[in-house]
Amino acid sequence: MLARTVTHALVGLEARRVEVEVQFRHGVPAFTIVGLPDRACQEAKVRVKSGIAAAEIRLESAKITVNLAPAALRKEGSGYDLPIALAILAAAREIPVGSLAEHASVGELALDGRIRPVGGVLAAAEGARRNGLSRLLCAAESAPEAELAGVEPVPLRHLSEAVSYLRGESEPPAVASQNGHGPPPAHPDLRDVRGQERARRALELAAAGSHNLLLAGPPGTGKTMLARRLPGILPPLAPDERLEVTRIHSVAGLLSAERPLVTLPPFRAPHHSASMAAIVGGGSGPRPGEATLAHRGVLLLDELPEFVRPALEALRQPLEDGVVSVARAGGHCIFPARFQLVATMNLCPCGARGDPRVECSCSPQRLAAFRDKLSRALLDRFDLVVTVPRARAQELAAAEGETSEPVRERVAAARARLRTDAAAIRRSPAADDLLTRAVDRLPLSGRGRARVARVARTVAALAGADEVAPEHVAEALSYRSPSELSS
Amino acid sequence: MRDELAVAVFAAETGFHLVSAPESGRFRRFAAGFEGQAYRAELDRRGLRFVGRSAPGFPRSLAAIFDPPVGIFVRGTQPLELLDRPSVAVVGARTCSAYGAQTARMLGRELAQAGLVVVSGLARGVDAEAHRGALEAGGATVAVLGCGIDRDYPASHRELARSIVRDGLIVSEYAPGVEPAPWRFPARNRIIAGLAAATVVVEARERSGALITADLALEEGREVFTVPGEITSALSKGTNALLRLGATACTGSADVLESFGLEPPPGAEASPDAARVLELLPAGADELGRALRLDAGPLAALLAELELTGVVVEAEGVYRTSR
Repeated sequence: MLARTVTHALVGLEARRVEVEVQFRHGVPAFTIVGLPDRACQEAKVRVKSGIAAAEIRLESAKITVNLAPAALRKEGSGYDLPIALAILAAAREIPVGSLAEHASVGELALDGRIRPVGGVLAAAEGARRNGLSRLLCAAESAPEAELAGVEPVPLRHLSEAVSYLRGESEPPAVASQNGHGPPPAHPDLRDVRGQERARRALELAAAGSHNLLLAGPPGTGKTMLARRLPGILPPLAPDERLEVTRIHSVAGLLSAERPLVTLPPFRAPHHSASMAAIVGGGSGPRPGEATLAHRGVLLLDELPEFVRPALEALRQPLEDGVVSVARAGGHCIFPARFQLVATMNLCPCGARGDPRVECSCSPQRLAAFRDKLSRALLDRFDLVVTVPRARAQELAAAEGETSEPVRERVAAARARLRTDAAAIRRSPAADDLLTRAVDRLPLSGRGRARVARVARTVAALAGADEVAPEHVAEALSYRSPSELSS
Repeated sequence: MRDELAVAVFAAETGFHLVSAPESGRFRRFAAGFEGQAYRAELDRRGLRFVGRSAPGFPRSLAAIFDPPVGIFVRGTQPLELLDRPSVAVVGARTCSAYGAQTARMLGRELAQAGLVVVSGLARGVDAEAHRGALEAGGATVAVLGCGIDRDYPASHRELARSIVRDGLIVSEYAPGVEPAPWRFPARNRIIAGLAAATVVVEARERSGALITADLALEEGREVFTVPGEITSALSKGTNALLRLGATACTGSADVLESFGLEPPPGAEASPDAARVLELLPAGADELGRALRLDAGPLAALLAELELTGVVVEAEGVYRTSR
C-alpha cells in the first residue's frame, strides 16, 4: 500500500517541495529511507518507530520503504520525522489516505511521541502556501510562525493529536496569536555612557543614516559599550522588512516562541574567532552566516583586526551589493545581507597607542602587520571613523548621559526625512566648494568623496535643515579615517 | 679619482667599511682588474651617480668631517649643488609617538618652506615624517641610506623614496647591492650629521641612533637642536638628556631658522573661534566641547575646518596645533 504527503526542504532560505512516499508491504520487517537523507534524517527511523508506538498504534510487521522525492535533492535535519510518520500511518491505513491532502507537515519527533519544533517553519509555510496547500501540521511552538505566512497552522503537541485530527475525531486547538505579547528584548541604554560626546554623536549619525561606523582607540575607553547601544536607538523595522528578517531567523532557528515576528532590527556580534563561512554563510547545503542574520540590522565586529583576513575581505561583497553569494559543490545560494557594519579596534596590537599614560611597546614590524590586516578597501567602507580617547576621571564621575529614548526619536525623524526627500536635500554652493577644497587637500578617493557627501546629508537631515550647508560637510569630513589607520 | 670608485665597490664586495684605499694585496689586485669606465656607464644607465671625495661636486660640509666617505652614490635628477645648500637634519625615533610624528612633519614642512634642505635617513617614524613634511611644502629633501644606493629600505617607503628622487636626492656611501646591516646605520648617521649645518632631534629613547647623529654633529661643531618632550615618556628620555647636557631647545621651526638668519614664514590669520580652540590644545574633542560649551556636531565642523586650513592636526583622537 502506498501513501504520500508533502513537506519542504530548505535550500538556503528557499523552501522546496518534497514528497514523502511510503510503501508499506507485508513481509520481512525492514525500514529503509532513500532520497539522499543525511545522518539526522536517516535516524528518523528510530524516532518514528518509537513515536508511533508511543501514540499507542501497533503496526503489523512490514517492509517499509520511504522515498523522499526529488531524490537528487539532499535532505537535511530532523524536520522529516513528522511527515514520514504520517505517511507511514496513512500507508498502513491507520489514518485515512485522503486526509493528508491539502496538508503539509514539518516537525521532529521525540521518543515519547511529542512533537518538537524545528527551524525554517516560516519558509516551509510559505512554500506550502505557494504550492496551494492550506494547512501546515507543525509543533505547537511553531504555529505562530506558520501563521505569519498566511497558512492555517495545525498546532500539535503529540503524534496522537495528529492522528485523531486526521481521523476527523477532534479539531486541533486554536492558535492564540502571540505576536507582540512577549516583552521586547531589552537593549542597553545610552544613559550608561558618560562623556564621549563625539563618539555618541557619531553613533547617532550612524543610526540616522545607516552608516558603517568604526570606533578606534585604546582598550577600556568604551568602544564596545558604545557599539552595543546602537540597536537601542534604531527605529523598528518597516512592515515589509519584518517578514524578510523573520524568514532568515526562522531558518537559523533563532526565533523565540513568544515573539516569532521580528520587529526590531537584528543585532549580531560574532566572536573574532569566527571563520569566513560563519560570517558570510556556507556549509555543504549553504546556510546563512552572521552577515545574513544581521540583514536589516547591525553587524558588530568587536576587535576588527583580530578577525581572520578572509572573513573580513568576504564582507566587501555584501557591503557593496547587500547580498552574499555562496557557491558550494552542493549548490549555489544568494543570501540577503544588507546590514550596517559597526566595528571596534585598538590602534596597535598592544593597545597602548592613543593612551597618553602608557607607552606602546609594539615593534614597527608588528604595527605594520597589524595595519596590513585591514585593507584600504575595507577601511574605505566605513563612513564614520571615530577615535575614542581615554576619558578623564572627572568625565567618568560626571552625571549620566542622555538616554536612548530621545536619541531614537531624533533618529526616526531624520530617517523619515531621508526616506521621503533625500533627493531634495541638496548641497548649497558653499558646501560644494568646501567639499571640492577637501578633495584637493586630503587623500580622498572618489568613494571617499561620495561617502562624505552622504554623511553630510545625514547631518543635515538630523539638524532638520533644508539643504546641506558647509558646516554639515565640515562635520562629515571630521569622521573620515585618520591617517594612523591607513599609513 | 677612479681609485675612489674602486675603493667603494671593493668595500661593497668584501663587506668592509672603508674610508680610504687599503694597503692590501687583495685590493691592489681588485683595483688592477676594476673597469671604472664600464662601472660608471652601468651606474649611468640605472640613473645613479658617483661623486668621489676629491671630485669638485663633493659636498663641502661632508668633506669637512673627521672621516668622510671615499665618495657618495647619488640617486635623483636634481643637481649636486643641492647638497651644498644650507640644510638641517631632522632625526628621531622610528617608533615615535603621534606628537613626535606631527612635530617632525611640521619642522620638515616649515624648514623646507623657508628654503632649507631637510636631511634625514628614510627610516620609519620621525625620519619619514620629516621627509614628507618637506615634500608637502614643495621643498627639497635629502635621504641618506644605510644600505646600497639602489635599495629602498625599509621597503614600505618605496613610494616616499620615489617622491624624494623626484624633488630631492638620495645619497649613500654604499655601492648598489649592499644589504642593510645594523652597523651601517651609525656610519650612515655621520653622513647625515656631516651634510647638515644643524641637526634637530625630535624624539629619542635613551639609546637611540638619533643620539649618535647628535653626538657626531657636536663633534663636528655643528648646531644641535632638541625638541623637548614629556619628562615621564621613555620616548623623550634621550632628547631631554641632550637638553640637560646643553643642547639648544627647539620650540618651533623659528628657533632653527633664527640660527640661519632666516625669518619664519607668516602664519594664517585665525578666527576668534579658532583662537579659542588653539588656546586649549592639545586636547581631545570631548574636552574641547566641554570647555567651549559646544555640541559635538558643531565642534566637529569647527575642528574639520581648522584641519583643512592646516592649523590643527588630529592623531589618535587628540588635536594639536600644527604651528
